[in-house]
Amino acid sequence: MAVTTYIDAIREGIWEEMEKDESVFILGEDVGIYGGAFKVTKGMLDKFGPMRVIDTPISESAIVGAAIGAALVGMRPVAEMQFIDFISCAFDQIVNFAAKCRYRWGAGVPIVVRGPSGGGVHGGPFHSQNPEAYFFNVPGLKIVCPSTAYDAKGLIKAAIRDPDPVLYFEHKYLYRRIKEDLPAEDFVVPIGKAILRREGEDLSIITYGAMVYKALEAAEALAQMGIDVEVLDLRSILPLDEEAILTTAKKTSKVIVLHEATLTGGPGGEVVARIAEKAFEYLDGPIVRIAPPDTPVPYSPPLEEAFLPQTKDIVEKAKKLAAY
Amino acid sequence: MVERNTMTKNARYVHVPDDETKIRMLHFMKLVREIEDRIEKKLYRQGRIVGGVYVGRGQEAISVGTAIHMEKDDVVAPSHRDMGVFLMRGVTPRRIIAQYMGRRTGLTRGRDGNMHMGDMNYNVIAFVSHLGDNVPVAAGVALAFKQRGQKQVALCYNGEGATSRGDWHEGINFASIHKLPVTFFINNNAYAYSTPIELQMAVKDVAVRAAGYGIPGEVVDGNDILAVYDSGKRAIDLARSGGGPSIVEYKTFRMTGHSAHDDAGYVPPELFDEWKRKDPITRFEKALLEEGALTQARLDEMQRECALIVDDAVEWAEQQPYPAAEEVTKDVYYEGT
Repeated sequence: MAVTTYIDAIREGIWEEMEKDESVFILGEDVGIYGGAFKVTKGMLDKFGPMRVIDTPISESAIVGAAIGAALVGMRPVAEMQFIDFISCAFDQIVNFAAKCRYRWGAGVPIVVRGPSGGGVHGGPFHSQNPEAYFFNVPGLKIVCPSTAYDAKGLIKAAIRDPDPVLYFEHKYLYRRIKEDLPAEDFVVPIGKAILRREGEDLSIITYGAMVYKALEAAEALAQMGIDVEVLDLRSILPLDEEAILTTAKKTSKVIVLHEATLTGGPGGEVVARIAEKAFEYLDGPIVRIAPPDTPVPYSPPLEEAFLPQTKDIVEKAKKLAAY
Repeated sequence: MVERNTMTKNARYVHVPDDETKIRMLHFMKLVREIEDRIEKKLYRQGRIVGGVYVGRGQEAISVGTAIHMEKDDVVAPSHRDMGVFLMRGVTPRRIIAQYMGRRTGLTRGRDGNMHMGDMNYNVIAFVSHLGDNVPVAAGVALAFKQRGQKQVALCYNGEGATSRGDWHEGINFASIHKLPVTFFINNNAYAYSTPIELQMAVKDVAVRAAGYGIPGEVVDGNDILAVYDSGKRAIDLARSGGGPSIVEYKTFRMTGHSAHDDAGYVPPELFDEWKRKDPITRFEKALLEEGALTQARLDEMQRECALIVDDAVEWAEQQPYPAAEEVTKDVYYEGT
C-alpha cells in the first residue's frame, strides 16, 4: 500500500493547491532549481515554471515582504524559510505588516510562511529552534504545528486557503520518519481545532508537533503501570482550541502541558493559564509543564538529548502527578 | 550612471505637462499645503487631533508630480510625507481629516492615525512606522503584476532616512534581480528626525546606490514640479515597459520639525531661509504667472477654493462618529464579508 511521508504530504498539499488555484505561488531560497534544502518543493519549478516557483536572494524580509505585497493584490504566496530559525530576519514584516493590515485598514494578507523547525537532528542553535512563542503574542497571525502526514497536508491546504497570514511550522524530525495512508480526495484540516490522539481517564498530556510522539510513547509506558493517559494534539496554537483544552482538563483533572519550545514564555504557559482560570475547580493536582530548559538548542548529542524532553522525563512527571 | 537634472529654468525635459495639467498639479500642491497647515497649525494645536502629526511642507511637488502619472490599476506605497499621493488617488480631504481625528469614517476607522492610512479600493497601501518596510511589499505588488502579465506598475516612496534600513536594500535588490515594474522615489529632505544626511550615509546622493543594484538612478530637484513630473514619468514608463525598477532621488527640505511637537531647533535657521526661497509652490506659481498660464485673480481664487475644501472637510469630519468601543476586537481576522 502506498504511504505518504510527512514531507511529501506538505509537498502534495502545496502542489494540489497550485494546480487548483493559479494565484498560489512559492518563493524562497533554493526552492526552484534545487527543490528546497529539504526537497519540499522538488519538481515544482519544472511543473509550474519560474513565475510561480521563485528562487530568491538571501533576504527573508524581502521574501515575506514580497509575499505580503503580492497577497494585497490577490495572490496566495507560500513563502519558505529555509530553516525556520531564519524567520527572525523577517520578524518585522510578519508582525508589523502582515499581522496588522486587516485590523488597521481592512486589507487581508493571505500569506503562508512555512519552514522546518525543531530539534533532534543535531542542527545546533540556528537550525533547531521552535520559534512559535515569538509570534504567539501577535494578534492577527495564525500558527499551526502539524504532527502527522494527514495534518501536514490538511493544514497546509487550509493555510493556503486562509484569508489571513498563517505561520506553518513543520517539524524536520518528522519529515521522513512519519508516514501514513492519505485519502485520495481533497481534504483540509481546520485551523484552530485540536484532536485527541489517545483517550484516557487518569491524566491529560496537551502537546503538539514532534512531542506528540513522545507523549504517546509515555502514555504506552504509563499504561503498563495502570495510568490511563489522554493525549491532546493541539495542531494549531494560534488560535488555541480552548474548548478541547478545557474538555480534557475537566475530564481527567490532571494536566501536563508538553512542548519543544523552551519553558519560560512558551505557549504552554497560556494553556496552563486558561485551565487555571476556567477549570480550576476540576483540578486534582498542579498543572505540570514539560519543556526544554531556558537555553539555546545545543549541538552535541548528549547536550541535545538533555535539552529535548524525553519519554522517561514525561513518565516520571506523569507518575508524580497521577499520585495526587 | 547618475544623470543630473539642473535646477535652471532652461532645463529641457522629455515630458512637459500641458497648461491644464500644470494648473491641476498646482491645485493639488496647494491643497496638500492647505490640509497639512490646517492639521498641524490649527487642529493639532487646538487639541482636535489627539495623536502625532507629520507633514510634508516644502515637499508637495514630489508626491503630486509623480503620482499624477499613475494609471487606475497601478498601486502605490507612500510614506509619511506624501499626502499628495492620497489626493491624486481620489481620497477625499473629508476622509483624511476624519482619519486624523480618529473617526469611524477615516480610512482606518480609528484603528490608526495620521498618515498611517491606506485602502486597496484606491490602490494605496498603508504606511507602517517601520521605515522601508514598504519596499519589499511594493516589490511584491510588482511581482504579482509581472506574474499576471499586467502592464501596471507599483510606486514606492521613502525618505532618505529609510534607505538606511535593511528592508530597503532587500526589496530593491529583489526587484532589480527580477526586473519588476516598480519605481522607488526618495524624498531626500536632509533630515531624518534630527539626524542630518552626513550621519545617515557616507555618500552625498542616495541615487548612486542604484549602481549597486544594476538599475538606473537619478538625482532631481524635488522642489521643481516640472523636473519631478518629467523624471517621474520617465521612471514609471521604464518600469511599465519592462525596463525594471529605478531610483529617483528628489532633493528637497523638510520645512518643519519631524513632527508637530518638534521645533527643529537643531536645523540651522539659514537652511530654512535658503529653502523657503525654493518653495515648490511659490516657485511654480511665479513661473505660471510669468508665462501667462495663470492670472493673479485665478491664483487667488484657487487659494480660496482650497481653503473652502478644507473648511468643509474639517466641518464634516467633526460631525463623524468615533468608532464604538466594542469594535476594539473586530477585524483582527477575517470575519466574513
